[in-house]
Amino acid sequence: MLFRTAGVPPAHDHERARRPRSAAMSAWDRFTETFFNGKVMLKYLPDILSGVVVTIELALLIVVSGLLAGLVLALLRSLAVRPINWLIIFVVDLFRSLPPLVIIVLIYFGGPAADISPSGFVSTWLSLALVLMAFSEEIFWAGITSVHKGQWEAARSTGLSFGQALLAVVLPQALRLTVPPLTNRTIAITKGTALGTVVAVTEILGEASSAMSNSYNPSPLMMGAAAYLVLFLPVVVAARWIETRFAWKR
Amino acid sequence: MADYIVDARAIHKHFGALHVLKGVDLSVAERELVFVIGPSGSGKSTLLRCLNRLEEPSSGSVVVDGIDMLDPRTDINHARQRIGMVFQSFNLYPHMTALGNVTLALRKVAGKSRAEADALGRAALERVGLADRANHTPGQLSGGQQQRVAIARSIALEPRVMLFDEPTSALDPELVGSVLEVMRSLRESGMTMIVVSHEMGFARNAADRVVFMDDGLIVEQGPPAAIFESPTQDRTRAFIGQIQRH
Repeated sequence: MLFRTAGVPPAHDHERARRPRSAAMSAWDRFTETFFNGKVMLKYLPDILSGVVVTIELALLIVVSGLLAGLVLALLRSLAVRPINWLIIFVVDLFRSLPPLVIIVLIYFGGPAADISPSGFVSTWLSLALVLMAFSEEIFWAGITSVHKGQWEAARSTGLSFGQALLAVVLPQALRLTVPPLTNRTIAITKGTALGTVVAVTEILGEASSAMSNSYNPSPLMMGAAAYLVLFLPVVVAARWIETRFAWKR
Repeated sequence: MADYIVDARAIHKHFGALHVLKGVDLSVAERELVFVIGPSGSGKSTLLRCLNRLEEPSSGSVVVDGIDMLDPRTDINHARQRIGMVFQSFNLYPHMTALGNVTLALRKVAGKSRAEADALGRAALERVGLADRANHTPGQLSGGQQQRVAIARSIALEPRVMLFDEPTSALDPELVGSVLEVMRSLRESGMTMIVVSHEMGFARNAADRVVFMDDGLIVEQGPPAAIFESPTQDRTRAFIGQIQRH
């Protein structure tokens, strides 16, 4: 039913010349009926839209909390307190090496053992935010260390404290360097919201795949793909805008 | 001791196994211009950086304008306002305008309002002849102009002493003059200056005293004429001979 093959209609002699074209047409019709079925799409549009809302909520929460936590860790690391740095490096390496799906499953199914029962939404948010925190900490840290030592010295020699030098002189330069890698990582992580399906989060992919099983038709999946494009293309464009804004005339 | 605005005693500095400063005494009187020369690796820059504690001396004492720089109770950020420093590589903040560079510490450290800081900043840029470049970023300025902005950044804080760490070494020859010109006018205004540099011509006609360092020690010091014309130590003679051959 899902990928039925319509029988090739008997070809009459006088139609033979036009046959390749009409055969192509019918193949195209079959393709659109399967993947872009108007009736199915209309029926499941509200479901996909509610999935979009959940994905946006989840993505915003992950990006804001993940980047903020990553920045805080990088700033803490710049204080160069050995035991703290060991802890940061351990946490960061842990969450960079574990697959996000494993973390989601661990929190969702392991939580009750620790007397907390996080919802699928909270498990997904927490897991992906932790992963984004780990990656963004490394990116922020690389940005901070790549700022020339002379910038610190100039700032400190005029009497700025360590914190003032970090925030007013070093961080603005570091952030500018980190925008492109941070954008890439942010987009990759927010697409990871699709992993929430395994713990019953009704985001885009979850809605699309349940609609697909209910309708025996993959059109909802195409709608889901379109929704991801609509969501993430503006993010990529915005990132380019930020990159040009952050550049200064050399 | 009170006669000196900078009084460094028995400064030792180790970098791991490397003994860079081996007991250096340097006392500088108010309004004096002291020139520090010596081969690379002799410890000149490290000595300079110990004076404002950008480098932590391994032992010894540093007193600047009556403040014990190495006392843990000293507010080092407050003390550093009195000691301007100019670097070989300028180290201007690339994300700020010239005026932004000059006013940052005025606002953050000296606690001036933006209007006050801007007025003081413009006055400092005026002194280095760059009033019309206030809104340029470092990338839009020549090396000489960048170094003059860096000098303005220091003098805006009205320091009691200025440290110059090879201020002209990174400049194209035709841009050196403008920076030396600013340093000369600073000297005429009575600024106490300690200069690490290879500009021997400038040393000869502007310095009160030339200090020759080699291998972490002060080998010889005196008026420029004495050091350049009739050095008493072999090492000084060899160094002077070498640089004058060029």
